[in-house]
Amino acid sequence: MNQPAAVPTEAILTRNFGRADSYTLTAYRETGGYAGWAKALALEPAAITDAVKRSNLRGLGGAGFPTGTKWSFVPKGHAGPIYLVINADEGEPGTVKDRYLLERDPHALIEGMLIAARAIGSRLAFVYIRGEYITPWRRFSAAVREAYDAGYLGRGLDVVVHRGAGAYICGEETGLISSLEGRKGWPKLKPPFPAIKGAFGAPTIVNNVETICQVPHIVNRGPEWFAALGTKTQGGTRLYSVSGRVRRPGVYEASVAVTLRQLIYEHAGGVTGNGRLKAVVPGGASAAILRADEIDVTMDVDGLRNAGTMAGSAGVIVMDETVSIPDALRVVARFYAHESCGQCTPCRETTGWIHRMTERIVEGRGHKEDLDTILDVARRGTGTTICAFYDGAVGPYISYIEKFRAEFEALIRHA
Amino acid sequence: MPKLTIDGQPLEVPPGTNLIEAARRIGIEIPHYCYHPALSIAGQCRLCVIDIEKVPRPQVACNTVVAEGMVVHTETERVLETRKSIMEFHLINHPLDCPVCDQAGECWLQIYYMKHGLYDPRMVDEKVHKPKAVPLGPHVMLDAERCILCSRCVRFCDEVTGTSELGIFHRGDRSEIGLFPGQELANKYSGNVVDICPVGALTDRDFRFQVRVWYLDTQKSICPGCARGCNIEVHVSRRRPHHAEGRRVVRLKPRFNEAVNKWWICDAGRYGSAFVDDDTRLQVPARRDGEKTLEIAWTEMIPLAAGRLRGYRADEIGILASPTLSNEDLFLLRRLCDALGVGAVDYRVPPARPGDEDDFLIRADKSANSRGAALIGLGGADARAILGAARDRRVKCLWIFGHDLLASAWPEGEVRDGLRGAETVIFQGTNANRTSAYAHLVLPAAAYPEREGTWTNFEGRVQRFRQALAPLGRALPDWEILGRLLQEVQGAPRPARAEECFRDLAATEPAFAGMTYRSIGDAGQLVRAARP
Repeated sequence: MNQPAAVPTEAILTRNFGRADSYTLTAYRETGGYAGWAKALALEPAAITDAVKRSNLRGLGGAGFPTGTKWSFVPKGHAGPIYLVINADEGEPGTVKDRYLLERDPHALIEGMLIAARAIGSRLAFVYIRGEYITPWRRFSAAVREAYDAGYLGRGLDVVVHRGAGAYICGEETGLISSLEGRKGWPKLKPPFPAIKGAFGAPTIVNNVETICQVPHIVNRGPEWFAALGTKTQGGTRLYSVSGRVRRPGVYEASVAVTLRQLIYEHAGGVTGNGRLKAVVPGGASAAILRADEIDVTMDVDGLRNAGTMAGSAGVIVMDETVSIPDALRVVARFYAHESCGQCTPCRETTGWIHRMTERIVEGRGHKEDLDTILDVARRGTGTTICAFYDGAVGPYISYIEKFRAEFEALIRHA
Repeated sequence: MPKLTIDGQPLEVPPGTNLIEAARRIGIEIPHYCYHPALSIAGQCRLCVIDIEKVPRPQVACNTVVAEGMVVHTETERVLETRKSIMEFHLINHPLDCPVCDQAGECWLQIYYMKHGLYDPRMVDEKVHKPKAVPLGPHVMLDAERCILCSRCVRFCDEVTGTSELGIFHRGDRSEIGLFPGQELANKYSGNVVDICPVGALTDRDFRFQVRVWYLDTQKSICPGCARGCNIEVHVSRRRPHHAEGRRVVRLKPRFNEAVNKWWICDAGRYGSAFVDDDTRLQVPARRDGEKTLEIAWTEMIPLAAGRLRGYRADEIGILASPTLSNEDLFLLRRLCDALGVGAVDYRVPPARPGDEDDFLIRADKSANSRGAALIGLGGADARAILGAARDRRVKCLWIFGHDLLASAWPEGEVRDGLRGAETVIFQGTNANRTSAYAHLVLPAAAYPEREGTWTNFEGRVQRFRQALAPLGRALPDWEILGRLLQEVQGAPRPARAEECFRDLAATEPAFAGMTYRSIGDAGQLVRAARP
C-alpha cells in the first residue's frame, strides 16, 4: 500500500487540548494566544483577506468554500452594518469537533473572530451555538466575558452569543440567519446571498467555528506555512470526528491530506466488531458512503469529491461487516425525514416517503420496485431545492443502495 | 428595458420583472403554486422551474429577474421532467379526496396534474395524516391534509393585512398551516386566503358542500358594500336550484382591478350578498288599503303611482333618493323630478352608527354611489327637512328609495311622525324593512345582480355591474320603474335598456360626457373632474 507523505504531527487547533485549564484566557495566552490578533491589527483588512485566500483555507463546516473568497464578497465601502456570524450549530451526525473547540479552546474562536471581523469590516458578531451544547455555551460565554474584561472585545467588536433550539436545518447558513432573526429556521432563497443581504438585511459572513479558529494561525505563521500543511487546493489541518466501529473513537487533528485509511487504522486504532471493515462515511451523514476498498483517498475537499463523496464536516463513521447497510440507511433516512424543514416540496414530501420505504424494507415488507423508486425519486429531487439539505440526504440514499444493493435485495426477496 | 427571449419569442420588459410575469406577457404560463404577484417571493413549491441558457441547473422563474440577453426555455425535456416530479411530490401525501372537496373543478392540483403531471403513481405507503375541518375563524375552514404548504395565506396575513394570525408549524412532511396560540383568523379580509389558496386546504365555511363549482355561472359585477366599489364576480347557482338551500347568489369573488381593489375584497362585502335571496325581498307591486295589502300588476301600479305624484302640488312631494341607486336610476329620477317640478330631493340619510373604515379598502360611506348621486344633482334639499315637512303636513307624498329611516341616526319618534304625517308613502326598494311597513305603495326593485347599471365610486370611477340573474318575482330594475313612470307622467318613450339611460346621462351631464359602457369596460373610467 502506497501511503501519502507523512502527515504533520504538530497540533495546531488541538495544541491546548491537553491542559485542564485550556479554556481560560491565561492558558490561551501562555501558548501564544492573541498574537495573531496583534499582528492583524497592523494589517489592512484587505491584506488579511488576501492572506486567508493564499492560505487555501476552505470552510470546515461542510461546504468547503474558500474562506477568503467568501469574505471578499462583502460589498466594498458598504455604509451600514456588516455582520460576522459564527456557525456553532454543529449538527451533522458523526461530528463533534466544534464542541471540542468551544469547550477546550474558546479563545481561539474569539481571536479568529476579531481578525475576521477586521477583515470584513464588522463591528458586531453573532455566535449561534447548538442548543444542546450546554458546556460549550458556558465555556464560550465565560471566555467572551474574559475577552471583554481583557479589552479584546468591546473595542471595535461586540459579540452576541445566541443559542439554537434543536433544529438541524439551523446549521444551514441561511436557515441559521432566519433563526437568528427570530424567524422559523427556514433557509432563504438565493439570490440575494448573505454576503450581500444576510442577517437583518445587512451583508453577513457566516463561518464555521473550526474555520475561524484556523485564522489566528494563518495570520501568525503565514499563509504559505498553512497552505503547505495541506494539498494544492486546500491548506491546513482539520479535526476529524471518528466514530463507529473503531478501537479509539475520538476527535483527531491531521492534515487535510491525510488518508481515510490512516485515520481509521493509525489515528483511531483500527476496526472493531468483527474486525473487518465494510464501509465508511467520510464527511458526516450527508456524505456518500465508501466501500472498504475505497479508503485510500485523501480527506481534502477535492480528494473526496473526486471519490464521489464529500469531505463535509469530516465526521468519519466506520462500519464493520456486521453492520446492516439497509438498517444504517433507515436510520439516516429517519434523520432527514425528521429534520427536513418542510419548506421546499421535494424535500418535505420525499424525505418522509423514502424513510417509510426504507422502514418497510428493513422490516421485511419491501417491494421489488422500492429500490428503483428511491433512486429515481432521489435523483429527480436533487438540485431542486432552496438549500443543500436535500442534496445531502440524496448522498446516502443513492450511495447506500448503489454500493450495497445486494444486501437490500436480499431483504426484499425474503419479504 | 431588458430584452430577452422566452421560448424563441423576443420581448422587452421593465427591469425587475420576474420570469413568470415576463412569460405571462407573451401568453406563456409557467406553472406555479407559491408565487403570487401581490406577495413576497417564497420559492418553496419549486414548480416554476425553467431553463436559462448558460446556466447549468434549472432555476425557479419566480425568483429570477429578467436580464439583458437572457435566453429562457420553459419546455425543455429537463423542465418537463422536473415539473412532472414536483407534481408527483406535491401529491404524495395529498388525500386525493376530490369527490368530496369543494375546490374540485377549480383546483390547481387537478389542473396542473392534467397539464404537467400524468405520471403513474408510485406511492403505496400510508400518507401523513393531519387535522381536517379545522375552523380558523368565522369564515375559513382548514383541511391540513389538502394543504401544499405554499404559504400564500401566511404571507397574505403577514404582508397584506399585517395581522399575522397564521404560521407554518412543525417540520418536514408534518408541517402544517395553523393559527398562532390565542389567534383567530378574523381580520376584515380573511376570506381572501380562500381565493389565493390554490388547493382545497382553505375553504369558505359558507360555501362548503353547497354546490359544485361547475354548476356555477359567473358575472362581472361591483361590490355594493361601500363607496370603494371593489370589482367582483358574482357566482350564481341557476342550474341546480335545489343546491345551496335555494340560494341563487352562492358566493362573491374579487375581480382584479389594479386601480380599485387589486386582488382583494373585504369580508363584509364578500359575505354581504345574503339580502339578494332572503325572505325580506319585495317581489310584487303592492298597495296598502287600510289594513289590507293588495298585490297588483305593474300595469295597474304605474298609473296609480303616477296619478298620486301628479295629484299633489310639486312642493307637496318629497323624495328621499338613495345613494345605492345606479347612475342610470338617478338620472331618470332627476328627469322625473324635473318633469314634476319637485325640488325637495335628497339622498343623504345618516346611518345610526358611522361606518367603519381603514386605510386599505373599506370606506366609511357604505353606499356604492354617493358620488354619482352628488354629480347627478340629487342633493339639492335636506333629507331631514323633507321628513320634517311631512310631519308638518307640508309634504304630503313621501317617496322613499330603499332607506330604512328607522335605522338611521335620526330619532325614531321624529321618523315615525314624518312617516305617519304623509298622506302617501311610496317605497321603492329591493327588501322590506321597518320603513317600508309604512308605505301605501310598494314598488319592488331588482337587486344589483339582477340588473345592469353603473356606480361612481368615491374617487369618481364609473364602474359597470352586470346582470347575473333574473329579478325575483315581478321586481324590476329601478331605471325601468322610473322609465315607466316618466312615460306615464310625460308621455316620453321609455328606455329599453340601462345603456340607453347612460347614453342620455352622458349626453346631458358634463361629468359623464363622452363615456359609454364600452369605454368604461371592465376597468372603469374616471369622471371628468376626477381625471388627472
